[in-house]
Amino acid sequence: MIDRRLLTSIDWVLAGLVLTICLLGVLNIYSATTPYKIVGMPYYLKQLYWMLVGIAISLAVCSRDYHILEDISYWFYGFLVLLLIAVLVIGRRSMGATRWLNLGFFNIQPSELMKIVIIVTFARFFNNFHAVGSLTVKDVLIPLSLLALPVALIMKQPDLGTATLISLIALSMIMYVGLRWYTIVTFVCVAIPMAWLGWAFVFRPYQKNRVLDFLNPERSRLGSGYHIIQSKIAVGSGGLTGKGFVKGTQSQLRFLPEQHTDFAFSVFAEEWGFIGCLLLIAIYFMLVLWGLNIANRCNDRFGGLLAIGVTAMLFWHTVINMGMVIGMFPVVGVPLPFFSYGGTSMITSMVGIGLLQNISMRRFMF
Amino acid sequence: MKERRFAKESVDSKQRVMMLSLVVGIAFLLLVTRLWHLQILNAEDYHSMSEKNRLRFVPVAASRGTILDRAGKVLVSNRPSFSLAVIPQEVTDKDALLTLLSTLLGLDRTEMAERWNKGTNRAKYYPIVLASNISRDHVEIIEENRLRLPGIEIEMKPVREYSSKEHAAHLLGYIGEVSEKELDSEAFEGYNSGDYVGKNGIERALENELHGGDGGRQLEVDARGRILRTISESSPTVGNSVILTIDSAIQKQAERAFGDQAGAAVAMDVTTGEILAFVSNPGLEPALFSGKLPADIWQGYLDDIRHPLENKALSGQYPPGSTFKVITALAGLQDGTIDETTSINCDGSHTLGGSTFNCWNRKGHGKTNLHKSLRESCDVFYYQLGEKLGVNKIAAAAHAFKLGSPLGLELLNEKSGLIPTSEWKQKRFGKRWYHGETLPVSIGQGAVTMTPIQLASMTATIANEGTIYRPHLVKRIVDADGITLKETKNEIIGTASFPKESFRLVKLGMLAVVNEPGGTGAKARLYDVKVAGKTGSSQVVKMRNGKNNSKYQYRDHAIFVAFAPFEKPEIAVAVVVEHGEHGGSAAAPIAGRILRTYFDGKKPPRKETGGSAEEDEDDVDSEEISVPAVVKAPSVNGAAPHD
Repeated sequence: MIDRRLLTSIDWVLAGLVLTICLLGVLNIYSATTPYKIVGMPYYLKQLYWMLVGIAISLAVCSRDYHILEDISYWFYGFLVLLLIAVLVIGRRSMGATRWLNLGFFNIQPSELMKIVIIVTFARFFNNFHAVGSLTVKDVLIPLSLLALPVALIMKQPDLGTATLISLIALSMIMYVGLRWYTIVTFVCVAIPMAWLGWAFVFRPYQKNRVLDFLNPERSRLGSGYHIIQSKIAVGSGGLTGKGFVKGTQSQLRFLPEQHTDFAFSVFAEEWGFIGCLLLIAIYFMLVLWGLNIANRCNDRFGGLLAIGVTAMLFWHTVINMGMVIGMFPVVGVPLPFFSYGGTSMITSMVGIGLLQNISMRRFMF
Repeated sequence: MKERRFAKESVDSKQRVMMLSLVVGIAFLLLVTRLWHLQILNAEDYHSMSEKNRLRFVPVAASRGTILDRAGKVLVSNRPSFSLAVIPQEVTDKDALLTLLSTLLGLDRTEMAERWNKGTNRAKYYPIVLASNISRDHVEIIEENRLRLPGIEIEMKPVREYSSKEHAAHLLGYIGEVSEKELDSEAFEGYNSGDYVGKNGIERALENELHGGDGGRQLEVDARGRILRTISESSPTVGNSVILTIDSAIQKQAERAFGDQAGAAVAMDVTTGEILAFVSNPGLEPALFSGKLPADIWQGYLDDIRHPLENKALSGQYPPGSTFKVITALAGLQDGTIDETTSINCDGSHTLGGSTFNCWNRKGHGKTNLHKSLRESCDVFYYQLGEKLGVNKIAAAAHAFKLGSPLGLELLNEKSGLIPTSEWKQKRFGKRWYHGETLPVSIGQGAVTMTPIQLASMTATIANEGTIYRPHLVKRIVDADGITLKETKNEIIGTASFPKESFRLVKLGMLAVVNEPGGTGAKARLYDVKVAGKTGSSQVVKMRNGKNNSKYQYRDHAIFVAFAPFEKPEIAVAVVVEHGEHGGSAAAPIAGRILRTYFDGKKPPRKETGGSAEEDEDDVDSEEISVPAVVKAPSVNGAAPHD
């Protein structure tokens, strides 16, 4: 399927950045899980396997021209919405929320796949959208409805983190297409009362707690605010150069919550210090800029929109996760792409990278 | 065309990409600024917080609420259990420490060493339990020698203590570590693994009340893990206490009355629906279930053909046998098919469409009217009545008593029993109802099943002539200071409306069962209180002509329901003795003993005991209040009263 010309045009910058983050992630997971009592395969090895699986999937994604997505995007969308409904009806409950769907041989999290599908759906929609100039309120009603349906279903699970992420990705794409000023003003006017209603009627108590804890960590030192405080201590105590690999006291004494998944960056910050963090943030920054660059270089609108969507996904994940770890955002379960332990996140992110690679490789063909 | 439009826009979108890059740059810059703030400007503070003073969070489990009987007698409470733990990172000489511990306390050195080794792959600075459930003496010795025992900690946690080994075991239930599955369910949101929760019975049903709120301490420990000070503390809130409607004295006597027999008994206050006794025999030891249950005991429970793990009073569903005749009789009176004077001739069997249905008394009862049919439990009378009524009229009467559905007890998994109708059969089996099937139903066999709670409720409803109270086990819930938080209100959940006269006739029949010559329930008779009742035996396997010496599992269940006093009923009792064969001989004596205990409890203290009779109640030996030996079962001596 891949011809020689394509192979030579592989985007090595993109591949190199992603691979670097992945390997740093594996190293960090090794350290974060040292104090765990481990049964079976160690986490860092599992992560390595997930990485290889992810790379394979991303290669598969870039083997076919991304334009075929245009025709099947709405089918994907419909199918995913059905899956999300299925999760609510027959899903597997875990930690007080229903997110997983058992397919017999493995469990999938349709809300995670929705991130990719919303990107493809929006790209398709705006590609075929024949409007002159920036978008009016009427123009965004359809895309917002396309967004609202899956977001509502995911909120119902409840999974605030993923719902927020999907919304942010979609809104980023809308912003990229461009909005008129009064469209923005109208939405701000609608969003504020909606947010108030959401707070009053939709948010679960634990979600409210997390937001309140973020606003005031002292509110419950022993409850969810504990996570934020311990994480800040870990990051802060890293200092300029860090405590060294597998030498972080906060992580090795297990003061950190979920330190191999959502709080993995906290372990890294403690052990590698400000310099290490600067390096990691720089790599992410380059990755995001490179994503934007791919969007910019791309010669067709569909590809550009796709690239923007994927880049937005990586960007928001990174910023929200890091912001959470250093106490800038409330604790929402958002993993750091390629860095946090977890197969689902790895695969979603790698599918995104596959799309970017796909667009980058084929930019000369149009 | 697409491309052309795009070309016009492309300049625009290139600008937007620049804008987005700027936004991204600012966002990452903010992250870096914040990191600068944490890792450079405040690094010292955070470093000392992490290095010099380590924070440690120690959860403190809430003490579970107690469970008391209606008189305030404690059925389940807590006692502290101490365990000996070590923080390995603080120990320099492990061997010396173990030797010292074993000489000081006389504990097995190799066992402690084994536990230590097993625990070392856990997180650092987490205590490893070396010996659990150590005595208070041991605790004192350790406290005295603290300085010589670095790294040794005493952990205290409350454990459940039961007033007596198996008393009301099924009712109370037991607690255990919360399971993975429970953690995933909505009912246990906010629980952590390792938490102890109610697994069944009252412990489970009222988990939310009993559990209390866990607290915790944020401790500052030095580099060696020693506690420097408590930074913050939230004390656990003790769980609420549950006061049951159960009368412990009645409960105990009922349990004793069963002896080795399997079965269930429910005693209920006729005027409120309060359950006074709730027995499932054989019992089990709830204390054993909260820890690791020894395999041999578990296997013993599993192998016991009397099924001790079942809560028979709650989920046992038995054909009510002849006790159901009161329902058939009421249906007949309601319908006008029979009245007080209607009489039939029982020749020992009844034939319908070529099949023969036998009366338990193959010799026949001769001329039999309603009164006699109840007293001597004549089957033929009800075969003929049922044949005329049809199954749906019988079912309607049963449904008026709220039979066939759970009555709304607080406990989980209350069963509904089954009242068959022709519609039910059509739905369930896709076949129409055959008339011949009505005959077994009219004597409480066939598909009819009821739980012991339903049997008691049915009896209470007859006793108070139609009012159905919701049976309940919880009287009130009080907080740790004894202040009432919730009080269960007596709730009428329905009315079985039948004419007063019908109730009177049935009740007179039930009075005759216990008190008239020829009655099948003479063994429940009391010398001072008029008891009315009805015997029953429910067929386990279809062999009406089966011999008594068949295998245990094939023998009929013995059932007896009763209420007393006849004039102004206060208490209703239902007793099921699994494979006890005859209601009159196996179940009636237990009911009699329950009633005896109830009415003895109401008596003013006897003069000769000088006052404290109430307290003695529990200690009265079972032999002393045996069922009225004064009243010999008349007329039926020799032959056991086959129901």
